Amino acid sequence: MSRMQPAEVERIADLARLELDAGEVQRMTAELDDRFATAAQMRADLDARRVASATLVETALARAEAAAGLGAFVHLQPERARTDAREADVRRARGDPRSRLDGIPVAIKDLMVQEGEPCTCASRILEGFVAPYQGTVVAKLRAAGAVIVGRTNMDEFAMGSSTEHSVYGAARNPWDPTRTPGGSSGGSAAAVAAGIVPIAFGSDTGGSIRQPASHCGVVGMKPTYGRVSRYGLVAFASSLDQIGPFAHTASDCALALAAIAGHDPADSTSLSEPVPDFAAAQSGDVSGLVVGLPREYFAEGADPEVLARVREAVAELERAGAKTREVSLPHAPYAIATYYLIATAEASSNLARYDGVRFGRRAEADSLGEMYRRTRSEGFGAEVKRRILLGTYVLSAGYYDAYYRKAMQVRTLLRRDFEQAFGACDLIATPTAPEVAFRIGEKTADPLKMYLSDIYTVSANLAGIPGLSVPCGFANGLPVGLQLLGRALDEATLLRVADAYQRRTAWHEQHPALDWERAK
Amino acid sequence: MSARLQPRGDYEVVIGLEVHVHMRTASKLFSPAPVRYGELPNHATHPLDLGMPGVLPVLNRRAVELGVRAALATHCKVHSRSIFARKNYFYPDLPKGYQISQYEEPLATEGWLEIEAPSADGTPHTVRVGLTRIHIEEDAGKSIHDAAIAGSAGSHVDLNRAGVPLLEIVSEPDLRSPEEAAAYLRKLRALLRWADVSDADMEKGQFRCDANVSLRRHGAAQLGTRTELKNLNSFRFVEEALYAEIARQAALLDGGGRVVQATMHYDPVRRATRVMRLKENADDYRYFPDPDLVPLVIAESEIDAVRRALPELPEDRRARFESEHALSGYDARLLTESRALADFYEAAAIRSGQPKVVANWMLRDVLAQLKERDCEIDATQLTPDALAKLIALVEDGRVTAASARPLVAVLIERGVDPETLVRERGLEAVSDTGLLEAAADEVIAAHPEVVAQIRGGDARGLNFLMGQLMKRTEGKANPKAVREILARKLAG
Repeated sequence: MSRMQPAEVERIADLARLELDAGEVQRMTAELDDRFATAAQMRADLDARRVASATLVETALARAEAAAGLGAFVHLQPERARTDAREADVRRARGDPRSRLDGIPVAIKDLMVQEGEPCTCASRILEGFVAPYQGTVVAKLRAAGAVIVGRTNMDEFAMGSSTEHSVYGAARNPWDPTRTPGGSSGGSAAAVAAGIVPIAFGSDTGGSIRQPASHCGVVGMKPTYGRVSRYGLVAFASSLDQIGPFAHTASDCALALAAIAGHDPADSTSLSEPVPDFAAAQSGDVSGLVVGLPREYFAEGADPEVLARVREAVAELERAGAKTREVSLPHAPYAIATYYLIATAEASSNLARYDGVRFGRRAEADSLGEMYRRTRSEGFGAEVKRRILLGTYVLSAGYYDAYYRKAMQVRTLLRRDFEQAFGACDLIATPTAPEVAFRIGEKTADPLKMYLSDIYTVSANLAGIPGLSVPCGFANGLPVGLQLLGRALDEATLLRVADAYQRRTAWHEQHPALDWERAK
Repeated sequence: MSARLQPRGDYEVVIGLEVHVHMRTASKLFSPAPVRYGELPNHATHPLDLGMPGVLPVLNRRAVELGVRAALATHCKVHSRSIFARKNYFYPDLPKGYQISQYEEPLATEGWLEIEAPSADGTPHTVRVGLTRIHIEEDAGKSIHDAAIAGSAGSHVDLNRAGVPLLEIVSEPDLRSPEEAAAYLRKLRALLRWADVSDADMEKGQFRCDANVSLRRHGAAQLGTRTELKNLNSFRFVEEALYAEIARQAALLDGGGRVVQATMHYDPVRRATRVMRLKENADDYRYFPDPDLVPLVIAESEIDAVRRALPELPEDRRARFESEHALSGYDARLLTESRALADFYEAAAIRSGQPKVVANWMLRDVLAQLKERDCEIDATQLTPDALAKLIALVEDGRVTAASARPLVAVLIERGVDPETLVRERGLEAVSDTGLLEAAADEVIAAHPEVVAQIRGGDARGLNFLMGQLMKRTEGKANPKAVREILARKLAG
């Protein structure tokens, strides 16, 4: 499936101010033909001088433009990206790359603050807002030499499971553009799945990385709460939000996580535990590991095809030497309700700052009260308003004890469930989502149905434990994800198991046909 | 024991105070922006103080230390674990849409402060005022509606103050008169300054007070309905506003009406209070623990370290001045009004070795000069060393007290050496016997009738003759020498 023509390579080389002879063009064409190269492959090419970062970045930008119909990106930053790529090439030429990600094009979700660039959270209310400071994760990515090419689409303020609730319009699933990529980090998942960038970053509050990873057939990881700094991550629900990576492989995820993890004095909830060498831990060996299968997650509610793929994946792990064991998470049935009480309560407070006074959109009005009401009513979309109302209600006098306090108590019970389960197993395997990617518009009229998309993912956020989704096959031609949940701070085991699984399977090497791109 | 003041004979007045104090820190409570007064609007800010998307608070441990210090100085129980909560409300000078404060689990509780308040008969009366709680919170910014200040029409917001660390100190409803309320505030302010918690400059808004006041019939078990007086920013206003509100409530009750729970505003021009906001539509602040912050945990060892570093408190210092320096309770209290004053006095007393004499100079001369200049001792050029030296010159008879006293003002203005000053001004006491004898002879010759009286056994005239002699020597005569010479000549 060659998609790159020599003429395109020549155009890109010109953009990158590189002069290539005919032989080079031919070679590059062949090399760039691998649209779905991983970051590891790109790094090998960079190291071998087979390709320049400037070329990789130019290619990513061109593909993002070509895939505009996907709605994966909301903002590209070509100038900054080109400069960064040239600098990465200079470093590499000097034999002094900053990290294993130096010169690799990446994308970030539109709620990660980058100094001097827009940050809108796909909301009308942040129209025109340019961040005046640098977020920690962006600072770390830049320090690692990764080249940010653009900002990805999302559900407004990360509230949603489909990337439909965006002021820029819905993002589409590269496997089937009539379907959603999942959400809220759907743009990042789609950008990786469509081969635009090898690594993208999203945020996961209740499944917003894992569910779109599952729907788009890529690996997506939510680290332990506190593993990655939230400084510069625009808050949805502060006690649940975590930034994490998307990639084709668990191995790339390990690289990406290593670049952004670690203690940050600017985030009081960031953990001070040292970050292990995730890549080194990826031995391919899973023998002796005990995989817990929560009874409650394999019961009912999920698409039988999805459950079948997950069972097959677990069987593959058994063949690799892992053992399985049934475990119980007795409070799992309360997770969605608990999640929506806590997340909305925090969101109602976190989103109070969008008041039209200091930045973003302001509606004209005759009085202060009217200005607040109009700014917020016009600036927020329906789903955000729904959650602000729900959260305000949950915290209001007379309801706090019945809702918020009670939810916090259940949260403790859920955390204990996991502690108990991890006494009997090393990691837990479940479906990531109850079904494959759904059609655009299918669930927007029924919020409750939409909320249930996160039924298997929210518990990890409530318990603060790490989780990832790895492609484990297809149902009706659409990707299915296997969710692995681990002990707090034990991302290494999850990444090791997912990597071992990918060494034994080739699901991640299947890619969408992208015929919609040509059709456009 | 004398009775406490009763502003209204028929009602018992019940007052509780909430004080907000800016803590003396270099940076803000949760952001690295500096705490600065008089800076250009919005220049002492960080993205955090502007409530930018994605920012996170990090607690300033220095503020915690100062909070613990205040709690220990007011005999509070410091909690090893306290929680920061969000108080949610919309206001343009509240950038995040919530204030980070403490609610369910504050820093400290159950303290007390002893105050001296005037009684009905005018004598001082000691009252122990309970402190309900002390908690840490961030200040809001300032809304400026005055076009003259803002430089253009419309409302403006200055966020330099947003995020400045505050202590909220809440008293029990233990105060019974505006005078007691004022005494409590003065005592609290002095104590916080003493312990270096705050500069507590009221003009800079570093020490602000809200008062809850209610009236009830004497002997009534239940408290009356209270109103809250907001933003009483000088001691004088506190007393005036409380008197006005007490009068308003009493008039209501006298007329058979009832007090409605409300937030009141005091109008100093009309000298009356008016309802600002009824509490019936009370704000629902939707407090909940701030998920961006972890519980504030203070180890016992940290509390101990703060306790050890705490300066000797005014009561302890006063007791020591009474016992070690043999000062009266009254004098000791005056000398412990501020830590700077007490430190100054003690240093001078040690240099001089005569605490009582130093105390007299302080109370008679130094304090009068400070009052005249309306300044603190540490804002002058006077040093404990210089004062001790000046006193030593007097005690040694090298300068008379009469010549020395005006020099205190000079030393306060210019930090010169007292000995040099005395010499330069030619104020050395005259002890030259020849000179004094001649002068004594003149005085005796000029007042034969007084001399006769003395010789007749009436010693009262001796002081008159001394006075005359001092006059002739322009006050520089050594009084001891003069007395001796006169006594000898009159006896002879």
